[in-house]
Order: sequence, then C-alpha cells, then structure tokens
Amino acid sequence: MAYLDHAATTPMLDEALAAYVATARELGNASALHAAGRQARRRVEESRERVAAALGARPSEVIFTGGGTESDNLAVKGIFWARRTSDADRRRVVSSAVEHHAVLDAVDWLGEHEGAEIGSLPVDSAGRLDPAALRTELAAHGDRVALVTAMWANNEVGTVQPIGELAAVAAEHGVPFHTDAIQAVGQVPVDFAASGVSALTVTGHKLGGPVGVGALLLGRDVAATPLLHGGGQERDVRSGTLDTAGIVAFAVAVEAAVKGQQEYAARVAELRDDLVERVRQAVPDVVYNGDPGDRLPGNAHFSFPGCEGDALLLLLDAQGIACSTGSACSAGVAQPSHVLLAMGADDARARSSLRFTLGHTSSRQDVDALVAALPGAVERARRAAAYRAPR
Amino acid sequence: MRVLAAMSGGVDSAVAAARAVDAGHDVTGVHLALSRNPQTYRTGARGCCTLEDSRDARRAADVIGIPFYVWDMADRFHEDVVDDFVAEYAAGRTPNPCLRCNEKIKFAAVLDRAVALGFDAVVTGHHARLGADGLLRRSVDLAKDQSYVLAVLTREQLDRSVFPLGDSTKAQVRAEAARRGLAVAEKPDSHDICFIADGDTRGFLAQRLGEQPGDVVDATTGAVVGTHAGAYAYTVGQRRGLHLDRPASDGRPRYVLSITPKTNTVTVGPAEALDVSQVRANRPIWTGGPRPDGPIECEVQLRAHGDVVPATVALDGDTLHAELRRPMRGVAAGQAVVAYRPDPAGDIVLGSATIAG
Repeated sequence: MAYLDHAATTPMLDEALAAYVATARELGNASALHAAGRQARRRVEESRERVAAALGARPSEVIFTGGGTESDNLAVKGIFWARRTSDADRRRVVSSAVEHHAVLDAVDWLGEHEGAEIGSLPVDSAGRLDPAALRTELAAHGDRVALVTAMWANNEVGTVQPIGELAAVAAEHGVPFHTDAIQAVGQVPVDFAASGVSALTVTGHKLGGPVGVGALLLGRDVAATPLLHGGGQERDVRSGTLDTAGIVAFAVAVEAAVKGQQEYAARVAELRDDLVERVRQAVPDVVYNGDPGDRLPGNAHFSFPGCEGDALLLLLDAQGIACSTGSACSAGVAQPSHVLLAMGADDARARSSLRFTLGHTSSRQDVDALVAALPGAVERARRAAAYRAPR
Repeated sequence: MRVLAAMSGGVDSAVAAARAVDAGHDVTGVHLALSRNPQTYRTGARGCCTLEDSRDARRAADVIGIPFYVWDMADRFHEDVVDDFVAEYAAGRTPNPCLRCNEKIKFAAVLDRAVALGFDAVVTGHHARLGADGLLRRSVDLAKDQSYVLAVLTREQLDRSVFPLGDSTKAQVRAEAARRGLAVAEKPDSHDICFIADGDTRGFLAQRLGEQPGDVVDATTGAVVGTHAGAYAYTVGQRRGLHLDRPASDGRPRYVLSITPKTNTVTVGPAEALDVSQVRANRPIWTGGPRPDGPIECEVQLRAHGDVVPATVALDGDTLHAELRRPMRGVAAGQAVVAYRPDPAGDIVLGSATIAG
C-alpha cells in the first residue's frame, strides 16, 4: 500500500508505541494519593514538562485533552465564555474562513446558541491570511471581540499562516489569539511563547502519537470556562481521569517530532517536490493548490480539471493508493471544500481536488506508485464525470 | 467481472453483493446518497437514504469484505425522480418513482459512471431473474417480484446488470443474511416512497404545488359535486377522500375517473366507468426477443403489484396498444404497462411502455 494520507493520521512512532504499552501496564490513577497514584502522576507531570519544553511553553500552560477537537472547542468556547462573563459586550468571535470544522463549527455554534457575532477573515488564492485584514477587523470591532482564532497551517492545502504577525496584531488590541497548530507541530518550527499566541491546539496522532490525546497550551493569564465539569484534574479547566499511557506516548511523540523537525522537513519536502513535479508531468493541466512556498513539507494538493475527487480516490484506492479528497463528509458524502471555495475556487474545481500527504514513513516507492497509477485514473475519472452532475 | 454493488442498507442488496463475491466477481459496494439533506428523509428502519441506512450498508460491506463508498447522487435524483414525480402529478398522471429511479439513476447515472470507471456491470438486490439467455423474468417469490419496476430497462442496461436474488424467496434471503452474519437480516422492508418521509404524498405535493382549488365533476350528470384543493392529489380509481358535497344521484359510491389539469377538474363516476379494455402507451421498450411486427398474445400488468390480464399487444412506432381480454380498473396514465409471456421458468418480461393519459 502507498499511504499518502499522513495528514489524516500517521503511524505511531516506535518509541511512542513502546512508551504507551509500557505505561499502560502500570497501575494507578494520577489523582490518587497512594504510591501507585503518585507514580502515575509523576509520569503525567514528566510528560507535561516534556511537551512544554518541546513547544516553548511552561508546564503549567499544558492542558491535556482528549485530542484536537476537544482542544479547539475548549479554546473557542471556553475563552468566549470567560471573556463574555467578564465583559458582556465581548461577544464577537473572529476566525479565518479556512479553519478546520472543529473550530468553524464551534464558532457557528456560539453564533447560533450563545448570541455570538461572527467575523470571518478572508484568504487569498493561495489560502493565506493577511494580517492587515485582522488589523482592520480589530480597528473596527476590537472592543467587542472575545477572541481571534486562526490555524497555524491548513490541513487541506497545507498553507502556513503568518501566525506571529497575526498574534501581534491581536496583542496590540489585547484580544486573546488561539491557533489550531495540529498540522504544524513537527512539520514547521512551533514555539508557543515566541509566537505570541494565547492558546494553541496540538494533537497526538498527527505527529506519531496515539489517537485520542492532545493538549491545549493555554497562557497562564488566559481564562477559559470549562467544557467538561468534574474532578478538575487539569487546572480546573478540564476534568476527566488522566490517560497516563496516552499522555506519556503523546509526550514522547511530540518531543521526537519537534527534535527531528528540521531533518524531517528537508527529507519529506524533497519527496513532496518530486511528487509534485512528476504529477505535473503526468497530468499537465493539473492545478497545484495552496501556497507554493509557505506550506507544510508533506502536503501536495491538486485539482484535476474534469475529474471528481471521489472517483479518483476510488480508482487509486483500488490500486492500493490511499489519499483524501480533503473535505468534510456527511454520511460519507464529499462536500465541496470550504477551504478551496474560500480561496476562490468554483464548485467544480473544489470537487475535483485530491490531497496527498507524506509523513515519516513515506518513501520514493509511494510516489512511484502514485505516479504510475495516476494518468489512467485521471483518464477514467474524466470519462465518468459526466454521469452525476444534473444536466 | 468487476462489478459495482448498489447497497441501500437493506437485506436484499447486502445478500446480492455477497453472492456476487461468491460468484467470483471483483465487487465494490456503493451506497447512493439520494437526499440533499439526509435528515429530511424518512428516519428509522423503514425507509432508505438515512444516515442509518448508509451505516448499515457500510457494515454489510465490511462483513462481506468489499471496498465501500458513498456516491452522492442527490442532484440527479432530485431532478430525474423527485421533480419528475411532482411534474407528473401536476400533469394529471400517476408516476412510479421506483421505476423512474431504476431507469434514470441506478441503471443509468450509476451504471454509466461505473462503466466509465472500469466496472463491467451493476449488481442490485432486486427480486427478478436475469439469466444467461438475457431474458428478464419474474422472481420465484411472486409476492416480492420486482420485474415490473425493471421492465423499463433497455437491452443495453440489462446486459450490464446482475440480479443474484431472483431464484430465492425473501425468506431464503433473510435466512442467508443471518447465516452470513449480516446485521440487516431482520431489518424491515422499505415501503412507499423513500423521499416522502411521513408517507403523506398529498401533503408532499401540496407543499410543492400549492393549493389549486377546482371542481369535482360527476361524469354521469356533468354536475359539480364538490371542490378539491389540487387535482394533483388524486389518482384514477381513488375512492377515499373525495369529500363530495352531495351524494351521487344513484346513491352509489363515486371513484376518480380522470384528472384534467387544463381545467383543473377531477371527474368522478361509478365504479363500472373505471373499466378499461384498451390501453395506449408511449415509449415502448422491448427486451424479451425481437420487436414483434404484428399483434401478439401475452399477459399485461398495469401497475406495481397489480393483477395480470391476458391481452393482445401490438407495437406501432412509438406507441404500444393493448387490447385487454377483460376490463381492468384503476388504469392510470403515467404507470407502466408491462407485457409478460407466461413461462414455467418464470414469466418473461417482453417489454414495457408508459400508459398515456
């Protein structure tokens, strides 16, 4: 199998898996007071320190969660609620148009159920945010904004955002800035303190850790109202028995991913550039989406004119090549990507897109397999494209 | 062969896909998403196109061990089936949406897309037989036979279709599903029209066509005997729900005899006025052998699950004429007339056409 869907999930690193298994054999609730509990707590706190060190945060700023979606929801809803509680006028939430649904839908929910007013930051044709647009937004509405949220790097087209500049603009207006850095950690340098953001989402399974564990890095001076109430295990912002084994494996993976980031990025970007070049040769009219320079090293995203992405995916899947249409699904039905639409693509181009993402286990053979299968698949998908659109 | 199994999430299509695998085919399962908003369609176990059905289909594909995808056919389905359904009622006819879906979606849009993607045929769980002789026959299970709604398929469509269930009864299919470990073995059959969530066809049409009040006229006297809120809500042969202002002069029940969209009139009359002995139908399709030059003796069926009647059928260009041996009631424009030749190995579909109004 040629696995070209590392942005969906990537294999666990051997050391993370070993750490998981070893810790899972140990007994103890990290909140318990006896020796077994203390041992579990020690594992958690060591992991917190490792994550903090790897990402430029203080240990007290690391809140372990059940993964990216929870972290995004906690940041968006939690900071909104806390800000509105201290100042009833702060009801405006500003997000980029290309956020993951874990952020977008949380923002929409606040709009529908909590009376939030929503501001959206546009992107250019490369999927890139303009700090000037945020400056304009905050100049107009700054005193009413509860928070700004913008992802570090886009999960579909791979565009890396000018997060430092955006965070600086938000800081000028005293507005908390959250970033979903799920795709960024381990791929590009990420430093919480240096970036100036107030809150940052990271998750395990995109960087070689387990699924179902992640963290929200939350500045010590940033208040957030909890989503989950209970034992108050994580700074009273997040409750739930700590997943000691998952947290340990997550920390091992974060540390390894950050430590190896430069070497990884160089190797994978070279493979990716080769993939892009050969896909362009094989399918000359292909459109390469996203920012050609400021993008994730493992991401290649294309529109194949005249094709439907789901038909291409089926044909490639039948030849053992795993990729993604990169868009949200309801009942498995691919919707045209809101990211591509925000970048100015029309519906047909959005539906004709496929995402190939490389990761730590990717090899030249994976790229070879794709390039061998692609021309035939594109030809077939083009012939099939006539049979679904309404006439 | 490389075959595409259309999987609704029901027991029939699941077993059909499994049998296709057993027959040595390379099978890929596909669930058709036909609703633009899955929640608006029928929920629960009775219908199709719900998220639950999609999940049931996926789980069946897992158990069978085949790849599975969801194909979004909502736009085509709305245009070719739902909009057509409404337009046909508005024109005073009585459409059969299942037949239309077969003709335009399953064995057209889906089949054509499958062929373009490199598949040789489409497999469905319809209860009908299609053997090596290429003839479409009734299922051995006459109560579940679906040859009527497949009779609209052309030779080319039949040549790329596989119906693995025709030699089995529904009970056998359910038993086999249980044996194979398919969770849908006991799932209730779907009924009615999948895109009308509550089964209220009249309400569905009223929502789309609006109120269009008009007269109900007695055919015998020519008198206006009532009013209606929209002629589209009536079907030839209907007796209930006429809400006549006054009883008929002869004191006997009244039935809908015809619908005239031009004058927005519903004409009612006594039961015997429903008797029809001659049927004219359009767009004939003939797959049960060479197209006949002259009149032939056969049997015809005039609606889904309707009685069959011996008849003389003749084709004349784009028209089919059927002379029924005994009069039939409830013959509605828009339904299909299907000609069968009785056969011990399963009655053979000769051809079909759309009954003219």
